[in-house]
Amino acid sequence: MAKVQGAVVVNIEECKGCGLCVVACPHDVLQLNKEVNSKGYHYSYMANPNACVGCAHCGVVCPDTCITVYRAKV
Amino acid sequence: MELKDLIKPENLVYGKTKILEDEPMHYCPGCSHGVVHKLLAELIGEMGLQEKTIGIAPVGCAVFAYKYLDIDWQEAAHGRAPAVATALIRLKPDNFVFTYQGDGDLASIGAAEIMHACNRGENILVIFINNGIYGMTGGQMAPTTIEGMVTSTTPGGRNVDLNGYPMKITNLIAQLPGTSYVTRQAVHTASAARKCKRSIKKAIENVLDKKGTSFVEVVSTCNSGWKMTPVGANTWMEDNMIPYYPLGDLKDSVKGENSSEN
Repeated sequence: MAKVQGAVVVNIEECKGCGLCVVACPHDVLQLNKEVNSKGYHYSYMANPNACVGCAHCGVVCPDTCITVYRAKV
Repeated sequence: MELKDLIKPENLVYGKTKILEDEPMHYCPGCSHGVVHKLLAELIGEMGLQEKTIGIAPVGCAVFAYKYLDIDWQEAAHGRAPAVATALIRLKPDNFVFTYQGDGDLASIGAAEIMHACNRGENILVIFINNGIYGMTGGQMAPTTIEGMVTSTTPGGRNVDLNGYPMKITNLIAQLPGTSYVTRQAVHTASAARKCKRSIKKAIENVLDKKGTSFVEVVSTCNSGWKMTPVGANTWMEDNMIPYYPLGDLKDSVKGENSSEN
């Protein structure tokens, strides 16, 4: 079976660090970064990128639409 | 495969719709308004309605909605969005008119307007954001505040003997013969948000087919007003709000025909 690899791109400056994407992710890919953006929010990032399947759950729940999701077969 | 090889336009599965402006939203982190704005924007784009959509913004946090969706907007006095929408849809019957209202706006000061607009069966879509409090003004009790819920004006929790009972306004709306599709949804999880999007799509189709008023309640969070974290607010909503405001369709018919459920 072909494996699917996804990638999540977070617009760091627009992320408000609410963490809804972190709990929405079924594969524990996303975490809030220890670093902050210019507004002082702990932005979301891919802590475990290999587990991402590109389901886009994170993008759907993101209130600030700062998540873009890509997916391809590898 | 390297991640940078994956990030190409042909692999895109989810991104920001063009209907949404690049303006960062002023809402608090984790606010449900952002998700509902996004669902509406996606549907307006997918259904090709950008040129004919007119939104009526409420008084409340979503008063600035005109900054975020690239469609025509009209502001209305507090609670009077259904009255303005009535005028617009009668003057411009070929347009798609929707109101976007919170619970303080729709269920309290605007209770008469919404009841009569729905009873007349105006061909408009009403999006009703129910977060149980007045979010913008500091988290005061609203008609929809559930029993025992702590707000800034009910610090000991809502006491039904003193403050009355929480109002299930969507159930009242579903009784009115002018409505065609009345539903209650939420956006706290990805599956709930996708389901909510399907409901709003159906509501828009009903409005375009002139079947009567469509009413979509979205049970929402206001984590700042509730004094919770965004994730904690979603959990609290699931445990406390949704049992009182159960999700699902309340009415699905055509104007003038009351469904048997009511």
